[in-house]
Amino acid sequence: MRQDVMPAVKSFILEKFLPGEDPQLLTPTTELMRSGILDSLATLELVTFLEQRFGIELEAHELGGKLNSLAEIERLVQAKLPTA
Amino acid sequence: MEARNLHGLLAQSARRNPGAVAVVDPGVNELTYDEVDRLSDRVRDRLRACGVNPGDRVGLYIRKSVDSIAILFGALKAGAAYVPVDPDAPAERCAYILDNCAVRVIITESRLERALTTELNRLGSKPVIIALEETADRAIPPLQVALDRCDAITPATSRSSHPSTSADLAYILYTSGSTGRPKGVMLTHGNALSFVDWCSETFEPVTSDVFSSHAPLHFDLSILDVYVPIKHGARIVLIGEELGKDPLALAPLIVEQGITMWYSTPSILSLMANYGKLERFRFDGLRVVNFAGEVFPIPQLKAIKARWTAPRFFNLYGPTETNVCTYQEIPREIPETQTEAFPIGRICQPNRGRVVDLDGRDVAKGEIGELVVNGPNVMVGYWNLPENNARAFLVDDSGERWYHTGDLVVETDDGVYIYRGRRDRMVKRRGYRVELGEIEAALARHPAIRESAVVAVEDGSAGIRVRAYFSARNGDRPSIIALKQFCSEHLPRYMIPDTFGLLESLPRTSTDKIDYQRLKTLT
Repeated sequence: MRQDVMPAVKSFILEKFLPGEDPQLLTPTTELMRSGILDSLATLELVTFLEQRFGIELEAHELGGKLNSLAEIERLVQAKLPTA
Repeated sequence: MEARNLHGLLAQSARRNPGAVAVVDPGVNELTYDEVDRLSDRVRDRLRACGVNPGDRVGLYIRKSVDSIAILFGALKAGAAYVPVDPDAPAERCAYILDNCAVRVIITESRLERALTTELNRLGSKPVIIALEETADRAIPPLQVALDRCDAITPATSRSSHPSTSADLAYILYTSGSTGRPKGVMLTHGNALSFVDWCSETFEPVTSDVFSSHAPLHFDLSILDVYVPIKHGARIVLIGEELGKDPLALAPLIVEQGITMWYSTPSILSLMANYGKLERFRFDGLRVVNFAGEVFPIPQLKAIKARWTAPRFFNLYGPTETNVCTYQEIPREIPETQTEAFPIGRICQPNRGRVVDLDGRDVAKGEIGELVVNGPNVMVGYWNLPENNARAFLVDDSGERWYHTGDLVVETDDGVYIYRGRRDRMVKRRGYRVELGEIEAALARHPAIRESAVVAVEDGSAGIRVRAYFSARNGDRPSIIALKQFCSEHLPRYMIPDTFGLLESLPRTSTDKIDYQRLKTLT
């Protein structure tokens, strides 16, 4: 079953880490790590959110550099979701 | 008797136990005591050949690795003070630091070299740069390859190690400065040894101990992490910058490496308790867990203690200027009813503490005042900042210097200090010192920002949140993403504000100063 991953992740990041930002400016390719939007603590909060929201489990070795944009997060989560 | 100094600790352990493993970079390589000793001898000789004389400074702009440990000792053996800068911080800030204390040589990595050189050129600074290249075989230390390369061109003459005394500078650690520029805390061999010896008495390390080295080298926690194990012939397990922030990876590492002595900020312990999936492992080896750098809220402390039941826990307190100067052991059982964080504890002997009012007079026990500290742990002063030095110390009638910690405390009847807050605008974020003024100074460099003010507000679970408020020039409103990006180019990560708020103009008090109290009430 495919789920709408991107909109949920986008609104989580906007609400938690970019309050007040114009939603249009956070695009699927906006850099999240190197740009200072997500720091290490924020990344962990995001991982917990992804695990709970989508019922998946993410391991340390799966994360390295894979959360750097909404598009990358979408790919990572979709790969983990059970296929219909 | 031979003079006691930090590199003497290595020489002694290398003589006693040359084949014992001194330092491990998990999954990469490890060096024995003999190997660290010989590699650091080569660094000493190369530094001397590059013109480093006793009393000079040597910069380290490099990730943590077995090489970085050999470089520290090499610089000390050459009689120099080492200056470690954050390899993750913007090159601009690092170059400022290295230029500020006029390092003669910088040892860095080739991937960082270009950006650093550009910034140094801008400052007109021309130190010798030794850049380490990644080796195809990760087990071969890049330092060894770089030294071989230098030796092939001109061999370095072998020298004896400098007989540094306790008054000689050993390292300069830069901390956030309120005027927008980091300031260099100068610490001597004597300062470090006084603290290392106190650790020996308090934690009774043995050769079979395995110490974590979690803090980066530019952070004063690294002094315990490096020199205490080296003194006792024990083992250091290096935890690199990336791994150090990853609680999921840290938990198995502690078990696999057999770490017995852990030292970090409370933040990382909380992260491990919350996100580390600790229930998967048994942590039987841990014997001592030290934390320092910030207040450890009771619920988070209880959470980690519930997972790690065997070790003794200690709260260590002290600004970089004194290293650790007070300590408090945490009781095995934390009372159910306790909600207030533990005290910062008693003074570390042979240092002395006093609690004073704004005029420098002692306050009565139970009264709030500023903690000032005197003794062998206390820094010489700030590098090249005479005005800060004059302000940093209270000089008493007998000429003794007492360092103003800026921390407000209450002393109980039995000599225990309880932390009550700050006297100024310095805050602790994940254990790092952050001067809110330094963030404002960086924001002032943004072309679209007219004026900014930064406040820190308590946030139940995550410690503090840093909020930046600003007014824009010509109504030109920069996006929040662009502001975070800008900050990431000018400030270390831990200084990037959590939120940005655009205001028509900043609120002012009746005396026309920025009204920080009002800003704190905005949400």
